[in-house]
Amino acid sequence: MERNYRKLWWQHCLAIIGFSVIPLLIVNYSLYKLFDRIYTEKVMDSLRSEVENRRDSIDLFFRERIAQLYTIANTNTFQQMTDEGYLNRIFEIMHAKSDSYMDIGVIDSEGRHLAYVGPYYEMLKQVNYKNEFWFNAVKANGLYISDIFMGFRKVPHFIIAVMVREKNTTWILRVTINLKNIDDIVQKAWSGTLSDAFIVNKKNVLQTRPRFGGNFLEVPAFPEYMSDSLKSHPYPDYSAAVATKLERVTYSGMDAFFAAVPIDSTKWILVIKENPDEILSPLVKGQHWMLLLTAAGLAIIATGAALFTNALINRIKETDRENDTNSDMLLQANKMIALSKMAAGIAHEVNNPLASIAEKAGWLKDLLAEEDIAGSPNFAEFNESVDKIEQHVARARKIIHNLLGFARRMEPAKEKIDVNKLLDETAGFLENEARYVNIRIDKQYEDNVPVITSDLSQIQQVVLNLLNNAIDAIGHDGTVTVSSRYHEKTSEVEINVADTGKGIAENDLNKIFDPFFTTKEVGKGTGLGLSISYSIIEKLGGKMKVQSKVGKGTVFTILLPKH
Amino acid sequence: MDTLRVLIVDDEDDFRETIVKRLNARKIQSEGAASGVKALEVLKDKDFDVIVLDVKMPDMDGIETLRHIKKLKPETEVIMLTGHASVEFGLKGMQLGAFDYVMKPAPLNELLDTIGQAYNKKRGLIH
Repeated sequence: MERNYRKLWWQHCLAIIGFSVIPLLIVNYSLYKLFDRIYTEKVMDSLRSEVENRRDSIDLFFRERIAQLYTIANTNTFQQMTDEGYLNRIFEIMHAKSDSYMDIGVIDSEGRHLAYVGPYYEMLKQVNYKNEFWFNAVKANGLYISDIFMGFRKVPHFIIAVMVREKNTTWILRVTINLKNIDDIVQKAWSGTLSDAFIVNKKNVLQTRPRFGGNFLEVPAFPEYMSDSLKSHPYPDYSAAVATKLERVTYSGMDAFFAAVPIDSTKWILVIKENPDEILSPLVKGQHWMLLLTAAGLAIIATGAALFTNALINRIKETDRENDTNSDMLLQANKMIALSKMAAGIAHEVNNPLASIAEKAGWLKDLLAEEDIAGSPNFAEFNESVDKIEQHVARARKIIHNLLGFARRMEPAKEKIDVNKLLDETAGFLENEARYVNIRIDKQYEDNVPVITSDLSQIQQVVLNLLNNAIDAIGHDGTVTVSSRYHEKTSEVEINVADTGKGIAENDLNKIFDPFFTTKEVGKGTGLGLSISYSIIEKLGGKMKVQSKVGKGTVFTILLPKH
Repeated sequence: MDTLRVLIVDDEDDFRETIVKRLNARKIQSEGAASGVKALEVLKDKDFDVIVLDVKMPDMDGIETLRHIKKLKPETEVIMLTGHASVEFGLKGMQLGAFDYVMKPAPLNELLDTIGQAYNKKRGLIH
C-alpha cells in the first residue's frame, strides 16, 4: 500500500500551522484592541485636560480684564473720565503692563462717545452707539463681552463694556481687546503639527483664526475641503455645548478627535481638534510592531511546522519501507516453506511409482536381451520404446531429485572459506565454456574480504548456478563480472554476479525466486535453480537480491554473514 | 565360491518383485520381503549377504528394521534405499551400521555396483 506522503505532509503541516496560528492571531488581535482602547482613552483624557486648561487660561484672562475695568470705572469719576487727557493717562497706565487693550472709550447713557483714546479717534469720536446691539445689552446687564464684529471701524475686534452708576447718571466704559491675546492663548493648544484649536460663538462662527479651518467670522470647516469646488464640509457644531464634550468624528474619509468646552465668562466655545494619525502615532507604531512580530511568529511557526513535519514524514517513510521489506521477506519465507513441503510430498509420492516403472522397463530390457525375439519384425520398435521409457524415467528422476534438493533440510556445514578463492575456482569451471561463446569473466575482488565460516559446497553450488544463468542470459558476446566486497559495519561479505545480458522484465523480477518459475524454453530448465539458491543462502543466514534492467543486464547480490 | 544372497525389503510389490526377478536373472540369489516384520521373520531361518532396505515403510520403518537386523545378524551388510531422498535418513542409517545408501529410483547398475561393494566388504571381513 503506497501512502500519499505529499498529502500527508500538507495535512500535518497545515494542522500544526492552523492550531498555532489561530490562537496567535486571536491573542494578538485582542491585545491590539485592548491596547487601542486604553490608548485612545488616555488620549481622550489628555485632550480633556488640555481643553479645560486652555479654557481656564482664557477664563482667567477675561476675569482679569473685567476686574481691571471695574476698578478703573469705579475709582474714577465720570467727570474725570470724560477728560481725554486724563483718560489717556489711565490708558497709558493700563497699557504699560499689558498690550491687551487696543483702545478705550467713555459713552454716556444716550450713546454719545464722550471720550476716546486709541488709533481710530477720527473715525469713532463722532459715533453714536445708541442703536448698537451691544449698547443695549450693556445697559441691561451692566457687563457685556461682545463676539467678534466689524463695527464702525470695519476691522474684526471685540469689546468689553461695563456700565457705571454714579449718583443719577449712568455711563459706560468700553475697551477693545487685542485679538492677538486670545489667539496666543488658544494657539498654545496647537501641540502637534496637525492639531488645531479655535473659539466659536453661539452661532458657530469663528472667533479666533484657526490653524487650518477658515478665518474669522466663518463657519469652521475641514481644511481638506476648503479648496474643493464642492460644498465645504463643516466641522461638527459645538456652539450649543454646555459641558466638556469629547468625541472622535469619522466620516467621508475624515478622522478627527474633537474636544469642546464652553468658556464660563463669555458665551464662547473653545474647540480643540486633533489628528488621530498624530496623537495615535505610538499606537500606529505599536500596530506596525505587532504586525511585524506576528509575521515573524508566523514565519517561525511555518518553518518549525515544515521541519517537524519533514522529520516525521521521513520517519514514517522509513518505517513503511522497513515494514514493506519485512513483510516481503516474511511472505517469501512463508512461500518457500509451503512450497518445499509440497515439493517433498509430491516427490515422494511420485518416486515410488517411478521406481516401479524404471524396474519394469529394466526387466523388459533384460528379457529382450535374453529371449530369441531379436528376429521379430518389431524387435527394433520394442527396444526403442523401452529405451525411451528409461530415458524419460531418468528425466523425471532428475526433476524429482532437484525438487528434493530444493526441499531438503540439511544442517549446513561450518567450514572456513576464502571467498575470493572460492569465486576464482568456481568461475574457473566455466571459463572454457564461456570463452567458447565469447563471454569474458571479469573478476573484481577486494583484498579486505575476510575468511568466513559457512558451507563451501553449498555456496559453490549457488555461485555456479548464478554464473550459469549469467552465461545463459548473455547467450554470446558479453561480460560476466564476479566481484566481492566486505561491509565492515555489518560484518557481511557481498558477492555480486553481474551480466550484460537481456535483463529481466519488471513483472518477472518478484517471481524469479519462486520454484518452477523459468523463462527458458520447456525442457531446458526446471525453474528450481534460483529458488534452491535462495533457500540455501537463507539457511546460511544470508540474503539474496536481484536488480535488473531490460536490455542492460542483471546483478545478483549475495550477502553472507562472516560467522 | 558362495553365491551372493540378497534380500530386498520394500512395500512396493511391483518394484520389489521386479528387482528380485532382475537380480535372479543376473545369477544373484535374491528374495523379497514386503515389510520390516516379514524381513526379520525370513532372517531367522536364512542368512543373506546383503540386504537392500527401503527407509520408508508402514508399521516398521527402515531405520527400526535396520536396528533389529544389526542385532540379529550383525555381519549382514545393509544398503538403505531412500525413496525419500533425504540424505538425513541415509546418513542416520550409516551411523547405525548401514553400508551405504542409494537414492530411489536408482538405475539397476548403480544398485548392483553398491551391492557388489557391500559383498566384497563382507567377504573381506570374513576371510
